[in-house]
Formats: sequence, structure tokens, C-alpha cells
Amino acid sequence: MKSYHADERGYYGEFGGAFIPEMLYPNCEELRQNYLSIMEEPSFKEEFNQLLKDYVGRPTPLYFAKRLSEKYNTKIYLKREDLCHTGAHKVNNTIGQILMAKKLGKNRIIAETGAGQHGVATATVCALMGIQCVVYMGEIDIARQAPNVARMKMLGAEVRPAKSGSKTLKDATNEAIRDWINNPVDTHYIIGSVVGPHPYPEMVARFQSVISQEIKSQLKEKEGRENPNYVVACVGGGSNAAGAFYHYLDTPKVGIIAVEAAGKGIDSGESAATSALGKIGIIHGSKTLLMQTRDGQITEPYSISAGLDYPGVGPMHAHLYASGRGEFISITDDGAMKAGLELCKLEGIIPAIESSHALAIFEDRKFNPDDVVVVNLSGRGDKDLQNYIDYFKL
Amino acid sequence: MNRIKQKLQEDKKILSIYFSAGYPNLDDTVKIIQDLEKSGVDLIEIGLPFSDPLADGPTIQESSTAALNNGMNTALLFEQLKDIRKTVSIPLILMGYFNPVLQYGVEEFCSRCEEIGIDGLILPDLPLDVYKEEYKTTFDKHGLINVFLITPQTSDERIKAIDDASEGFIYMVSSASTTGAKQGFGTEQSDYFERIAKMNLKNPQIVGFGISNSDTFDQATKSAKGAIIGSAFIKYLTANGVDNIGAFVKQIR
Repeated sequence: MKSYHADERGYYGEFGGAFIPEMLYPNCEELRQNYLSIMEEPSFKEEFNQLLKDYVGRPTPLYFAKRLSEKYNTKIYLKREDLCHTGAHKVNNTIGQILMAKKLGKNRIIAETGAGQHGVATATVCALMGIQCVVYMGEIDIARQAPNVARMKMLGAEVRPAKSGSKTLKDATNEAIRDWINNPVDTHYIIGSVVGPHPYPEMVARFQSVISQEIKSQLKEKEGRENPNYVVACVGGGSNAAGAFYHYLDTPKVGIIAVEAAGKGIDSGESAATSALGKIGIIHGSKTLLMQTRDGQITEPYSISAGLDYPGVGPMHAHLYASGRGEFISITDDGAMKAGLELCKLEGIIPAIESSHALAIFEDRKFNPDDVVVVNLSGRGDKDLQNYIDYFKL
Repeated sequence: MNRIKQKLQEDKKILSIYFSAGYPNLDDTVKIIQDLEKSGVDLIEIGLPFSDPLADGPTIQESSTAALNNGMNTALLFEQLKDIRKTVSIPLILMGYFNPVLQYGVEEFCSRCEEIGIDGLILPDLPLDVYKEEYKTTFDKHGLINVFLITPQTSDERIKAIDDASEGFIYMVSSASTTGAKQGFGTEQSDYFERIAKMNLKNPQIVGFGISNSDTFDQATKSAKGAIIGSAFIKYLTANGVDNIGAFVKQIR
């Protein structure tokens, strides 16, 4: 049977691989040769699961959203990743990778961050383990996301501004990669999404796969079956989606719906809908769909949600799109903001704007009344309060 | 015979210079190449600018960004270079990241290189295995030498594999760094240079990264066949413009 997981060389169909300069080869190779065996070690599993339970607060609830379901006349469940420690699913991956770094004998951590969520999740686990932490963040993002910068600093991380290029997430990623080139021996790079060279997309997906693993057993309890009709998640780089889809990838009867940020509209020139606007190419060491000029220069995406404005998409998702396994929907800023506010009013939950994109599909995408639709509520909206205030003039 | 291979057979240390096409001004490309040849440089690496040059330090990032802002792109560079072989005979290498080449079309890109008289390519993020499986036949068909990098962290086993796949020279990155990050060489570098020299590789090595003056050039070429200067030359162009390129080359050797 055809598999939608990565092959042993890190390819999802034609997407993935490790398109890295030789300077990064030893770092990635060390990780590639060791990550699977480390993840299989009983002591690793035990510590990982213990921390997910006691520190992150897992399992996160699978909540039947009754009023939302009534409104859209279908059965909507929310996977409550917003209840994770630090406020989003990001910490599942950083817990896994900090333990990985320890097993590999690394004593210094670097990370990139856009809005600051992954930076905070990384700074958190570094504090937990007492390991030095440097987070690269675009100079523009530092100005836009002051509370998260303060959080990282309180947690003991050094936040270094990325001043090159467009001074946002892709440039922070470039700077983190450059740091890794300059510090190849003692440093582990914690990438925050299912992007980058092999084995990162596969490894991060595995750490996030706890999401769909829990959905299966929780749904069994609530609906008497492990498989929903659909699982829905927003996609920037795609880590929460990879986690929510993971155990359903090779179960064709479960529909996979990936929701991208259309920004001000797909044809507006201000969008982050990579599947619609991207072409195959190389970004951050991975062959995938990315937004670029005809000449192959990477362009700057736009979304009201800082977590979705990455110019590429993880290779798993590029393959889900190209193969037709996944249904890709894009949602505008306005659609997402409206859906976010609606969740507040109907369910008493303030979602992250990223997650609001996934919630917004119900307006146009109709489901049957007896369909079970699981939406991954990837993060909470605290960090977005200022955006909500400005948008709704609260 | 390929001009790079021919040059490498000469009994001399090779001085190679890198610059970003389209910098400082969009139309400086041809003049820089001609003046470098006149000044006695042995090999030229023409940098194809990229929006996200992740192996490069600030100097080349900035020249690359400036070149793009000046309007440089792949098609324009080929246009600028179309008559270059009427005036120069120096070996020419295009150096850049893989994505712009992929978007141009690898076959089409290599074919244009051959028409123009480009002798080789350096694409640091095109991995060895992918090159061998997917692109080697295309490069070979168009007479292009593909140059691979090694670093102090590259294992002996992999260096041998790279040596096997190479014809021309091996680009020996002097230290674990991005371009222009380090100045001067310590014992770590000299140990590394000696270690590689003792491996008796079939391809000569040309050292790059961290070479900025005659001292570092001499140190690097004690055991290696040659050395490459990039960031230091770009800094010179930034400060002095393109009118006295010979003076820069003279201070190296």
C-alpha cells in the first residue's frame, strides 16, 4: 500500500531530502543516524512520556463542541492543544528534542522563532534542563512580539535579532542555520516545525504524533471508533497538522483537511497559501513547495497570523497536496478573525489566530450531520490579544 | 580540455577570486572579470545572488541582497556573459544556491553555461548523492565540472567519496564557519591542512573561507594547490569601487 510517511531517505513522494551545504552534513548526519534508535530507547520513551504528562499536561482533552456543532449541523470535536503548557502544541516537539540533544551530548541549544511561540517553548525546556539557549528572531518580529521576547528572556534564553533579508521567520531560520554551521560540535538546533533537512520533518512529526495518537483513543471512548470522518488543522510549516494527521495518513477513509492562510486573499499579493501560490523548490534544506519569484528567489508571505506566514510548507504536506490525499483550503484574515471570535462566544475558548483558520472552514465547507470532524485547536489566543483588540476595536 | 583542469596542471599556486554578480553595480560583471584576469588571477567564481544564502556570512549576504536589489537575475547574468569568451580565457565558475538553478531548469542552465563558456559550477546545497543520481550526466554532457566542498568536520570516508565524485578540484572550507566569519588561521587549521594533504587525494584542493590577505593566502597554499578569496574582495569593492581591482590582487601576491 502507498504510504504517506517519509521513506528512509526522508522523502515524501518527491518532496523532502536534505539539500544542505557540506558544512551542515556532519550535524544532520549525526542526527539522522541516531534519532530513531534514541527514540526507541526505553529510558527516552519513559522520560518523554513522563514530561508530556506531568509537565505539559497531556493528554489534552478531546472536547465535543456542542454549540459549534449545532450551528454547523455536524459533530465537531476540538483537540485541545491550547491547554498545553506554554499555550500551544509546540512544546511537544521541544520536549522531545531537548531530550534528544541530551542523548547526543549537546550542551547548547539554538532555535528560530517567528511569533515567538516556538522560541518560548524552546526557552522553557532549556530552563527545565539547565541548558544554554539562543533563539534567533527577526528584528521586525522582535518589535511586533514584545511579550514573547520578554518571556524568553525571563526563561533565561538569549534572543538574537536576525537582521538579514526580510528580518522575519525565514531569516531567523537562516541565522540559526548559520549559527549551527559555526558551532557544529556542541550545539543542537531545535527546529520548530516539520521543515528543514531530513531528518527534521520526520522527527518533528513523530514528536507531534502524540496528538493523533490521543485522538484515536479518546474518540474510541466517545464515539466508539478510532477514526473520525475528517481531521482538520492549520498549516504554516505544518507541525500541528503533521501531529494531528500522523496516525491517519495511511487510513484513506479519514479525510485530511489542511488549512492555509490566504492573508488578504490568494490573489492579493499578500498571502501565505503556499499550496496555491508555491512551486517546487528548495527552502532551508528541504525540497518542497515554496513561494518564490520566477527566478527562484524566496518571497515574503503575509498573514495576520505570525505562525502561518512561512514561505514554504513541510514536505509531508507538499506531498499530501500534490498526491491529492489532503484537501487544502485557504482562509483569509477576515475569515479567521471571525471564526476566532465565534469560538469565544459559542464555546468560551479564545483560540490562537492560527487555529482560528482551521475553525473558519465550517462557513463554506459543509459536512454531513453525522460526520465526526476533529479540529486541532493548536494554540490559545492569549498571545494574539493585541491583534484581536486592534481588529475588533475592543 | 576543460579550462579548470588545464589551469590546475600549471606548476603554480592558484589564486581564485569570488564576487557577487550585479555588485556593486548591476553592469560591473564583465569589467570585474576582465580586470581580474589582467591582474593575474587564475580562476574566477561568479556568484549568482540568492535571497537566502544560508552558508554565507554578512559580507556576501549583503552583496547578494544588493545585487538582487540592483536587478540581477539568472537570465540577465547569462545575457551579460554571452560574449565573455571573446575577451577572456580565464576559467570561470558559477557559484550559487541550487534553487535558482532548479527554477531556471537544470538542463537549460547547464546548456547556457556551455554556450557561454562556463567551466564549472559550485552549488553548496546540491548534495553529493542527488548530484550523482540526477544531475551528473547533464553536467558531464555540457562539459561542466561540479566542485564539492569539504570541511574540518567531514569524515575521511566521505572525503574519499567526494574525491571519487570530483574532477577538477575540491573546495576545502578552512574552518567550521560561514563565509567571512573568521580571520587568520591557527594550529587547528594547519593540522587540518596537513591531514588532508596526507590523504593523497586524486583532486587538488583549493582552500576557501578565512583568506583575506597574503599571509592567509600563503598559509593556505603551503600544502593546498590554491586559495579562494571572497568576502575580503567584496569589502574592497565596497570601499574602493571597481576601478582599481589590480591593487587588491597585488597585495595578495
